[in-house]
Amino acid sequence: MSESALPKAPPRELIWGFTGAQSVAFALMLTTLVVAPFVAYPVFLMQVMCFAIFAMGANLLMGYTGLLSLGQAAYYGMGAYVGGYAVQTLHLTPEAGIALGTLTGAAIGAVFGWLAIRRQTIYFAMITLALAQFVNFFAVQDTGFTGGENGMQNIPRGRVAGMFSLHSDLHLYVFALVVFLIAFLFVHRVVHSPFGQVVKAIRENENRAISLGYKPAQYKWIVFTIAAGLAGLAGALNALVTHIVTLTDVGNATSGIVVLMVLVGGIGTIYGPLIGAAIIIAMQYYLASFSDWVTVIQGVIFIACVLLFRRGIIGELAAKLKLAL
Amino acid sequence: MMMIFGKPAPLLFGQLLLGIINGSFYAMLSLGLAIIFGLLRVINFAHGALFMVGAFVTWGLFHYVGIGFWPALLIAPVIVASLGLGIERGLIRFTYKLDILYGLLLTFGLALVLEGLFTNGFGSSGVAYNAPDLLSGVVNLGFMFLPVYRGFVIFAAIVICTAVWFIIEKTRLGALLRAATENPSLVQAFGVNVPRLIALTFAGGVGLAGLAGVLAAPLYSVNPNMGSALIDTVFAVVVIGGMGSIGGAILTGFGLGIIQGFTEVFYPPASSVVVFAVMAIVLLTRPAGLFGKAA
Repeated sequence: MSESALPKAPPRELIWGFTGAQSVAFALMLTTLVVAPFVAYPVFLMQVMCFAIFAMGANLLMGYTGLLSLGQAAYYGMGAYVGGYAVQTLHLTPEAGIALGTLTGAAIGAVFGWLAIRRQTIYFAMITLALAQFVNFFAVQDTGFTGGENGMQNIPRGRVAGMFSLHSDLHLYVFALVVFLIAFLFVHRVVHSPFGQVVKAIRENENRAISLGYKPAQYKWIVFTIAAGLAGLAGALNALVTHIVTLTDVGNATSGIVVLMVLVGGIGTIYGPLIGAAIIIAMQYYLASFSDWVTVIQGVIFIACVLLFRRGIIGELAAKLKLAL
Repeated sequence: MMMIFGKPAPLLFGQLLLGIINGSFYAMLSLGLAIIFGLLRVINFAHGALFMVGAFVTWGLFHYVGIGFWPALLIAPVIVASLGLGIERGLIRFTYKLDILYGLLLTFGLALVLEGLFTNGFGSSGVAYNAPDLLSGVVNLGFMFLPVYRGFVIFAAIVICTAVWFIIEKTRLGALLRAATENPSLVQAFGVNVPRLIALTFAGGVGLAGLAGVLAAPLYSVNPNMGSALIDTVFAVVVIGGMGSIGGAILTGFGLGIIQGFTEVFYPPASSVVVFAVMAIVLLTRPAGLFGKAA
């Protein structure tokens, strides 16, 4: 996606690629996330963080690489199934569960990405959607592992390192917050690394990048794998938070929702995915009684984002303040 | 009982028939997608939803107004095409100057809206629609029994696909369309109203989805998700065939339906993913698709 909210001259970096404004934003985010569980429902907040991790990965693809994937739920869902299975059946610790979930997402992403990067733009989108069907059918049919229509239920949260119980919501919240911050800093680092610069260069002008000696296919493949790994991480964490994994988690609707989160929050912004996730999850929580209207509202938001504010909330804010957020 | 490849012949022919019928819908839908994409450079994600609307309009015409199948075959596509005209003028035309992905995202949202609205209105289990009396019943072909309506669907799909191919490849309108696909500003300079041509093309492509919806109404349960269930496979068909040619879309559609039918005979669990497996193989060997030009 070529519309970028970034100003022309790169602002001075302080540390780890953080500019002054970004440091302030990070401090704000951290404070909010620390205070939030005392004012809002912790499970809701943890789901926001899970989907924020998921959306950060999708944003690496959409925003920074210009590749729109419509099959991200495949990696998210399989990460959730493997993470849930590891904790429930193999009795592994939660951190091992989410590590396995991450690896699963990344492994499937590496295979699917290797196929998908052969085509561009809309073809790429259609291929990711079609490949996700493989995973979808597997999840529906294999009742032994995924539980088919019933899904996985009563997934325990376990004990970190076999010692600290995550049974209470607040304990798990601390765990989820740490995982989220690690993922956030990782994405931040990737975006602001030399690797991230090349990726953005490929998005802006692929032929130029080729003529400079870069191999776009390799970069796209790595980003795709990272995004799928983050999706797997998010899925596994969400399995711990909600105790369940269902077919919805591997379904197309979930792939659509994560794209919507990135779009609402701001494509190609660091904080957009978190804001987008917060808004969409809040909508699902508070509009749950309207059931099917949620789909209609989501569709309308999609259309409104495309026609009226393509930069998303953080993108508009960044443009107003002339900052990179 | 006659056996072919170690399978009973009636089973083989039965699945082949189902495959050709599925292929008919793949062909009609991917045809519409290809025409729209050719001129608008928009992948219409709402195509499946508009197919569903076509089926519901057919049902509604009978249920509320008492208009039967045969008039619906004409009226429903016109209604869906008018809806498409409104969508193009009111929404999609604002995305032409943007990145190609915004058109996709817009129609994706549109599909959600349409499916959500119909789920609210009619529930997710859907409604039943009966085939017209003339087309009910079964004929004995000697080697198998053919439900008349299914035969009719195949026949209709072939007629529709041939007609569309003829219009695009052999008429003046089709020539204009192809010229505008190649170079819109030059065609505009020759005095053709290109924005109007684009709007009518979208309406036409969407009308085709509506027509497929009419044909599908007596065959499948008319429900809000009937389009999204089909559209993933149609996208795979489009990737396999490549967007290059109209004939390619038709052949790929029918071909994949038949492959799917045969898979159902020899290894049923794979039948729902075989199309995607073919897609993976085609991507590895011919990334531009079987009939496509390199994108």
